[in-house]
Amino acid sequence: MSEAHQIDGHHGHDAHGHHEPTFLEKYIFPLDHKYIGMQYMLTGMVMALFGGFFAYSFRMQLAFPGISVPGFGIVSPTEYNALVTNHGSVMIFWVAMPVLIAAFGNFLIPLMIGADDMVFPKLNRLSYQVFLLSCIVLGISWIVPGGGFGGAWTSYPPLSANGDYSMTPLGSSLWLTAVALEFAAFLIGGINFITTAMNSRAPGMKAKDVPMTVWMICIASIMFMASVGPLIAGAIMLLFDQQLGTGFFDWKRGSDPVLWQHLFWFFGHPEVYVVLLPATGFVAEIITVFARKKLFGYQTILYTAIGTGALSFFVWAHHQFVAGIDPRMANIFTITTVLISIPIAEMMFLYIATLYGGSIRFQTPMLWALGFIFEFLIGGVTGIFLGASGADIYFHDTYFVVAHFHYTFFPIAFIGTFAAATYWFPKMFGRMMNETLGRIHFWGTIIPVNFIFIPLFITGAAGQHRRIYNYNHFPDVSTPDLQTLNIVATVSLVILLCFQTVFLFNFFWSMWRGPKAPANPWKANTLEWQAPSPPPHGNFPPDNMPVVYRGPYEYSVPGREDDYWPQNQPN
Amino acid sequence: MGATMSGSGSRRESPDLRVVHPPPQARRKAVPNEVLGMMMFILTELMLFSGFISAFTISKAQAPAWPPPGQPRLPVEATAINTAILLASGAMLWYAGRRFDKVGPAAARVPLATAVALGLGFVTFQGVEWARLLGEGLTMVGSTYGAFFFLIIGFHGLHVMAGATALIWQGTSLWREKLTSDGFWAGRLFWYFVVLVWPALYWKVYL
Repeated sequence: MSEAHQIDGHHGHDAHGHHEPTFLEKYIFPLDHKYIGMQYMLTGMVMALFGGFFAYSFRMQLAFPGISVPGFGIVSPTEYNALVTNHGSVMIFWVAMPVLIAAFGNFLIPLMIGADDMVFPKLNRLSYQVFLLSCIVLGISWIVPGGGFGGAWTSYPPLSANGDYSMTPLGSSLWLTAVALEFAAFLIGGINFITTAMNSRAPGMKAKDVPMTVWMICIASIMFMASVGPLIAGAIMLLFDQQLGTGFFDWKRGSDPVLWQHLFWFFGHPEVYVVLLPATGFVAEIITVFARKKLFGYQTILYTAIGTGALSFFVWAHHQFVAGIDPRMANIFTITTVLISIPIAEMMFLYIATLYGGSIRFQTPMLWALGFIFEFLIGGVTGIFLGASGADIYFHDTYFVVAHFHYTFFPIAFIGTFAAATYWFPKMFGRMMNETLGRIHFWGTIIPVNFIFIPLFITGAAGQHRRIYNYNHFPDVSTPDLQTLNIVATVSLVILLCFQTVFLFNFFWSMWRGPKAPANPWKANTLEWQAPSPPPHGNFPPDNMPVVYRGPYEYSVPGREDDYWPQNQPN
Repeated sequence: MGATMSGSGSRRESPDLRVVHPPPQARRKAVPNEVLGMMMFILTELMLFSGFISAFTISKAQAPAWPPPGQPRLPVEATAINTAILLASGAMLWYAGRRFDKVGPAAARVPLATAVALGLGFVTFQGVEWARLLGEGLTMVGSTYGAFFFLIIGFHGLHVMAGATALIWQGTSLWREKLTSDGFWAGRLFWYFVVLVWPALYWKVYL
């Protein structure tokens, strides 16, 4: 029985023998993991447009202080704070999380492990609905009287705890509520991911036959669940401070505002790796397919991911080096912070080793995957400066920090997403994306992004502090040279945003008009490519569910006619 | 189809391509779906309460006097009795689960009802104590001491109520003979969490 060939053909798109779902059941309240994944993805894309627009608005203010920004108008100081805060919040909580983990996790986990759906489909639907509610609450927070919350995405008290300080009494509470709802959504989703990956794997799929993407999303979900509790606790305390007048973080009543920073960053630092790991999983998948070579060091990559995940729980206080923590504690956290670069660097080296000797195909997904490694390494190396507590005292809260974490988050949230989106697009929508437009978009993104953030390293090292609305008020750090660099960064941002229309056009045009995709256009081994494109409800024919005979990365096996060897082929 | 052979990929021994492997068998689930999902949820809940308790511990350590002068003392002895009630509820539910699996679903009815009754008794007892403490002037806005008390103990109370509601709901399906063994296992796990986290909270907050 050769499943691969049988399901290459056309099966009715009602393989389960269910009644034909109505439009409402299929697209608005779906139980099918693939549609829930797409809902997450499209919602994340809409939120990314907001996040990008916010960045554009405040960057224009920084480059050309006081001008009326086209599309926004004059940016007041309060609006500037709200824009910066919500840019950060949206991009991390409402773009990186839903797209990398929820969208691709939902779409890929059941397909990659050969299951017909998630184990808890109704919880899955609930997860998206709670997430959508969180988006709506966040949207409302932008338009209430006083405007959106402006206390930075880290929401440090006392600024965030008291409406008199933040001047956005409604916005700050709505922001906090939206964040809490968003966590609830991912909690429900994460429980589903882990249970599905543990219990629904195809017969024969052992732990080391699981594709790296599934591993990474599961490790990320466990990390999320283990780290989010203290932040939810802190968020409830902060909400009580805002609305009931308690004094959990109020220094006037003897409490410690730094306590919030500990609760926040105990979650906040693992969160970086929560979004990083899925992206590294996508990259692993793509480089091995497009290098036609076995993933180098499958087990080592897995252990580095687990090691990074475990270490990331012990680095959080490097965010508080200047907040008044004990210098002995700063020493310990410097060591753990520098240590964490070892497993993650090792993972990147293993990816580069996978490329060595492969027959590399530079198609769009591969370009993005290579771009990820390149850009992320810049982010990682600059992190070492900030992890060392001595250097951090100077760099803290300058644009150097901003440039550093954008060099980590941009590869994660955008390059990783573009890699995954271009790679799995044929499976998602059954059509191919345009290769030329894909390349234009790649170069139109990867070049400007460096011209945005390399200047910011320089302005940061020169002493430009990050939370400043108009540098003209600070003559010693607003020299014409630095202002030129700010203009370069802003103009590059505008160019980058313009090139995103190429992606949006390619994405939506190909969704309906692209050439029909075969089931396995990239000649990949993992199970999702053995299902039809797009997979029907239930993914695989119910009487012919896949069974797994080998690991996911058997490319270019000597003696075989094909250079790939699907996991479900007996020989 | 244009197989590209990669030189360096061939270092390992080439497998015998002629062998036809028998199809692998379906695996047995180590842990049922509901139970595994509940365990992940409890992990998050455990970290949530750890967050509360560590915030409480830090605030307590930094305070010049704890409890602050002029604030009422917490009812240590009365709550010790209440702790025993909640632990008895947990033991009774454990017994219900044992009867369910060993004897049959019908045999679990009485111990389940007893466990829920004891759990509700715990919440009622707590409510009476809260009313007394509020009367004595312990409020959330009055002091961080009071704020932490009502926050942590109140959050646990909400969990007891949620857990009791879940058990009542499971009880109705038990009566209609629709409760599955795995579902009941997951429901019991949540209650064990609620019961077992309480002594830790009692120790940190009351003593």
